[in-house]
Amino acid sequence: MSVSKRIVLHFSRRLADRPIIYRLVKDYNLEFNILKASVTPEKEGLMVLELTGEQEEYDKGIRYLTENGVRIQSLSQNVIRNEERCTHCGACITICPAAAFELESLTRRVTFYHERCLACGMCIKACPPRAMEVHF
Amino acid sequence: MAKTIEEINEKIRQGKVVVVTAEEIIDVVKEKGVKKAAMDVDVVTTGTFGPMCSSGACLNIGHSQPRIKLGGGTAYLNDVQAYTGLAAVDIYIGANALPDDDPRNRLYPGEFNYGGGHVIEELVAGKDIRLAATAYGTDCYPRKRLETWINMTDLNEAVLLNFRNAYQNYNIAVNLSDRMLYTYMGVLKPNLGNANYCSAGHLSPLLNDPHYKTIGIGTRIFLGGGMGYVAWHGTQHNPNVLRGDDGVPWRPAGTLAVIGDLKQMQPEWLRGISMLGYGCTMAVGIGVPIPILSDEILKYTVVTDADIFAPVVDYSEAYPQRKPEILGQVSYAQLKTGTIQIEGKEVPTASLSSYPRAVEIATTLKEWILTGKFLLTEPVAPLPGVESDVTTKPLRERPIE
Repeated sequence: MSVSKRIVLHFSRRLADRPIIYRLVKDYNLEFNILKASVTPEKEGLMVLELTGEQEEYDKGIRYLTENGVRIQSLSQNVIRNEERCTHCGACITICPAAAFELESLTRRVTFYHERCLACGMCIKACPPRAMEVHF
Repeated sequence: MAKTIEEINEKIRQGKVVVVTAEEIIDVVKEKGVKKAAMDVDVVTTGTFGPMCSSGACLNIGHSQPRIKLGGGTAYLNDVQAYTGLAAVDIYIGANALPDDDPRNRLYPGEFNYGGGHVIEELVAGKDIRLAATAYGTDCYPRKRLETWINMTDLNEAVLLNFRNAYQNYNIAVNLSDRMLYTYMGVLKPNLGNANYCSAGHLSPLLNDPHYKTIGIGTRIFLGGGMGYVAWHGTQHNPNVLRGDDGVPWRPAGTLAVIGDLKQMQPEWLRGISMLGYGCTMAVGIGVPIPILSDEILKYTVVTDADIFAPVVDYSEAYPQRKPEILGQVSYAQLKTGTIQIEGKEVPTASLSSYPRAVEIATTLKEWILTGKFLLTEPVAPLPGVESDVTTKPLRERPIE
């Protein structure tokens, strides 16, 4: 059975120099589509992947990643906005690395584009009224 | 043709008053011209909703049996410390107060999830608040401990008393350093990663009355969803700053001290907020009506975002070290496009003050006046203006040997 999932990978500084994704393809025959990547040598890295392959191989691939110290977060960890708490100030807009928040020019209200969200969590604590929530 | 506040109030009573918001007046004047607009329009309403740190509430909790004297003792509301240097059962809870066990910035950047502003928001929302107090005991006030739930309806008086609100213009905060900064102006990304500002711009109360011609002590205002009053000029009121030809200050200038009955207010307009790595505070909603008494007063209300400039300040060095240098000045019209240019770099902007909420406040105040619920007041004394010697002095330290 074939599966396709969107996941967020967090690399430690040590791992950013290693060909992790290559091994997923070579050893586990997984297809990948990079949705977002921020990997710099000697720094912590973040990558959002759509990973497709046979369920058994997929599970092995995920195990390989975890065993090598890659922290994996599923995009099904849902970030939602508590509409009652949001004041539409806009503090989130420049904090979000994925440009998931946009100011509507006419109303100056902030729209949250859920589909762009990488579930990185940057907005959660940067939101002054704490309107952004992670749900698992 | 000059009008008086009493004439405008008479129109309010008769349901004949013409009110527009400070946003709407711009188009009204474009269409009708100043003279005609000044004749037709009686009141322009303004609004602002943003973090206002020097805010807090005075509460009289009523006398317990036996009596307790909190003055000189301690009092905690939901574990947040309130000030007790007053009489037996008067306390003051400040928006920035924190629970004793909050780790602050020991775990940097501190989260500051709950503080005085949140207590005030919950109190206003009608929630029960846990009061825990200690006292030293006297012959007339023998009790030494008190632990009880309190609620807004239990309190004798609950008064919002804010020492500095509604700043007339403010800094644009940026970060020139190579590390993330956590400030009262929000999270500032390194190397000019973002620029945060905090003003409603052309809708902001004091930017529509730059020389305090109508806003004075005793002016009735929209405060936290209820009615309040201007009590005094706010702390750090600093009228003598660089101003444009139209009188609009291009630097942080005037401020308001405000007071109002907390029991009338609503939690949507007093919102406890958390600034990562900085602390807790409260977003306060304020709206001020400006009576159009003359052409001159009307002209001031026509100010647009393109006319209002704010200074760009580096919060890695200039602000914390109290250095005067700025990196330039930018108009609110430019800020609201989403990017500004600083030192040749395109920098994305974000606001900490909610413009949609400011519009809602100005519109609500307009409705209140149109329906006769809100009458204007004559100020009993003016706020200090540019002609005064009121200024903000830095602290000159005199070391104690």
